[in-house]
Amino acid sequence: MKRRLRLLLPILLLGLAVILSSCGTNVAKQDALQNAKDTKTIVWGVKADTRLFGLMDIKTGKIKGFEIDLADALTKQILGKDATATMVQVTSDTRVPLLKAGNIDAVIATMTITPDRKKVLDFTNSYFNAGQSILVKKGSPIKSVKDLKAGTKVIGVQGSNSVDNIKKVAPDATVLQLSDYAQAFTALKSGQGDALTTDNGILYGMSQQDPNYVVVGGSFTQEPYGIAVNKGQTNFVKALNKALAELRANGEYKKLVDKWFGDIPGFDAKEVS
Amino acid sequence: MQEFLNAYSWVNLRFLLDGLWVTIEVSVVSIIFSFIIGTLLGLGRYVQVKYFSAIVGFIIDIIRNLPLLLILFFTYFSLPSIGIRLSVVPASIVAMTIFESAMLAEIVRSGISAVAVGQMEAARSNGLTYMQAMRYIVMPQAFRKMIPPIVSQFISLVKDTSLATIILLPDLTEHAQIIYGQNVNYVIPMFVALAAIYFVVNFVLSQASRWLEKRLSRSKIN
Amino acid sequence: MFTIISEHWGELVSGLGYTLGSSVIALIGSLVVGTVFALMEISTYRWVRGIGRTYVEIIRNIPLLVITMGFYVIVPTFFVKIDGFTAGTIGLMIYTSAFIAETIRAGIEAVSTGQMEGARSVGLTYGQAMTHIILPQAVKMVIPPLGNQFINLVKNSSVLAFVAGFDLMYQGKIIASTTFNTFDTYLAVGVFYLIITMPLSYLMRYLEKKWVTA
Repeated sequence: MKRRLRLLLPILLLGLAVILSSCGTNVAKQDALQNAKDTKTIVWGVKADTRLFGLMDIKTGKIKGFEIDLADALTKQILGKDATATMVQVTSDTRVPLLKAGNIDAVIATMTITPDRKKVLDFTNSYFNAGQSILVKKGSPIKSVKDLKAGTKVIGVQGSNSVDNIKKVAPDATVLQLSDYAQAFTALKSGQGDALTTDNGILYGMSQQDPNYVVVGGSFTQEPYGIAVNKGQTNFVKALNKALAELRANGEYKKLVDKWFGDIPGFDAKEVS
Repeated sequence: MQEFLNAYSWVNLRFLLDGLWVTIEVSVVSIIFSFIIGTLLGLGRYVQVKYFSAIVGFIIDIIRNLPLLLILFFTYFSLPSIGIRLSVVPASIVAMTIFESAMLAEIVRSGISAVAVGQMEAARSNGLTYMQAMRYIVMPQAFRKMIPPIVSQFISLVKDTSLATIILLPDLTEHAQIIYGQNVNYVIPMFVALAAIYFVVNFVLSQASRWLEKRLSRSKIN
Repeated sequence: MFTIISEHWGELVSGLGYTLGSSVIALIGSLVVGTVFALMEISTYRWVRGIGRTYVEIIRNIPLLVITMGFYVIVPTFFVKIDGFTAGTIGLMIYTSAFIAETIRAGIEAVSTGQMEGARSVGLTYGQAMTHIILPQAVKMVIPPLGNQFINLVKNSSVLAFVAGFDLMYQGKIIASTTFNTFDTYLAVGVFYLIITMPLSYLMRYLEKKWVTA
């Protein structure tokens, strides 16, 4: 009898797992905008490992960056001056699961608007136009994506569309996917790869941190960043788009772009906004 | 050398200590909960209800045979799909508690079964019920024997909290990664600091366990 | 869950392959290194014992992740280029060797010292006594704990996910981020791990019962 039980149990548990996996949550169905208005808070998923966009400041333990400031400005624009913008650290890998789970209301974390992502999420209008490029050590023989031939190792970050793009553009190179940009840059510096690929804005930030590494080859894709929310949150998207347009109109937006990207050589503010 | 020492600036050290505090927090809470749940589960194997023991045993076996990293991911990312949404710190605590409870349950079970079966028989033949024999004869002896493996499991727990770095738990390892991520010269100093801090914490724990063992074996004559 | 398994069968199987490969290599390596340090710990020379003990104490008290990341980040910068899989496997090997050293040392010491004396008095050298009398008995005593160490290795190999080691957990993370279906993906990854660890675990329990009554 005990032997039969032993065999039955795995089947029962497997069945339980299958049943559970077909349950969904309804967090995504609640109106995020109404929630935000009631709590006077919007919870944003932001990067904390990306210079210029969202980087953890060791001194204060707070995250600082263009996207943090923009999120803050948008929150106050929609909910008023006394509203709170709560920042939750995410990586390219964790931003979508956390959004779908309801841990965050919106993602403002160097996330490119792509047709594939639009199938599962809703995006606002673009708030930053980046382009994908590559970062290499100064003096490296790699001058552009064309040099990423078989045998070269390219480092990317899990969950970013840069990985999909690089596989299309340089199909013979080996792609290593690390968990976030800080890990990726550390790996590049350790010699674990010959190049690092992601959006140029992020790469410029890395180059700023360590001038031994330079962005080469120009951008080979268009990467419009958008704020991502759960599918169906049309009211929320409308409010965010309206706020974004207002910030552009009253000069706030330009102020932020200049604050963070003003002194980057080769940066064209008009191109990104 | 100068760069090496710069890594240990007061700002950085404070950041590391903030991380260490989270590591200790998560470890202590997980230890307390997993001790309670693990002991209950371990005893559950000896409850005389028909299929209860087998089911409990099977669930424990599954959890023990999965990587803690997977349990962490599942707790943080997958549970929301069935309605259980946790932020990073609670998720880390829950995941570690689940894993460690299963580990402790096994320690408790083997501890109890190691205490001579004859003790149970002797107790029963003197008129004690099964539950009384468990409570007054078997358990006290079993617990004394279990202390080394339990403490060793706790030390594992403290080390395993470093895995929660992958869901961005702001623990000691994660903070060290942030520091050396922002300055390549800090890589080696940070690893040295990490090794040293973890070593000190765990070494203190294992010394405390030896002291505890000595004290308990002195007070009870076996 | 079954759709994930069927659509990503290739990646999951490949990941499992890397997981097993890393575990097996690390097991063999840590057996060798562990035995060396175990013998050092019981050496008659104090300084040799000291080195052995220091190694074991330090490694046992540091997280596996820290050791692995150390190899991934520091070694290629200063010494020789090693990739994620290698760094992870070496990390696993070093980490596990400390635990195996303790297990083997306990095994050797458990075999009664009288055996060594008896062997020496019949004219065997230290080396012969070890090889033909002590170690074979110690080996039988340590196989179950070693089996458990292998199961631990398979679980610990998930640390390869941190260093792009192409193992099962790494593949799982990628599948989860491309399909956005974390529940089914991690369930599938769990099943794949259990396929290896559960049978081994029951086998070890069976062996323990059989051999401990020796």
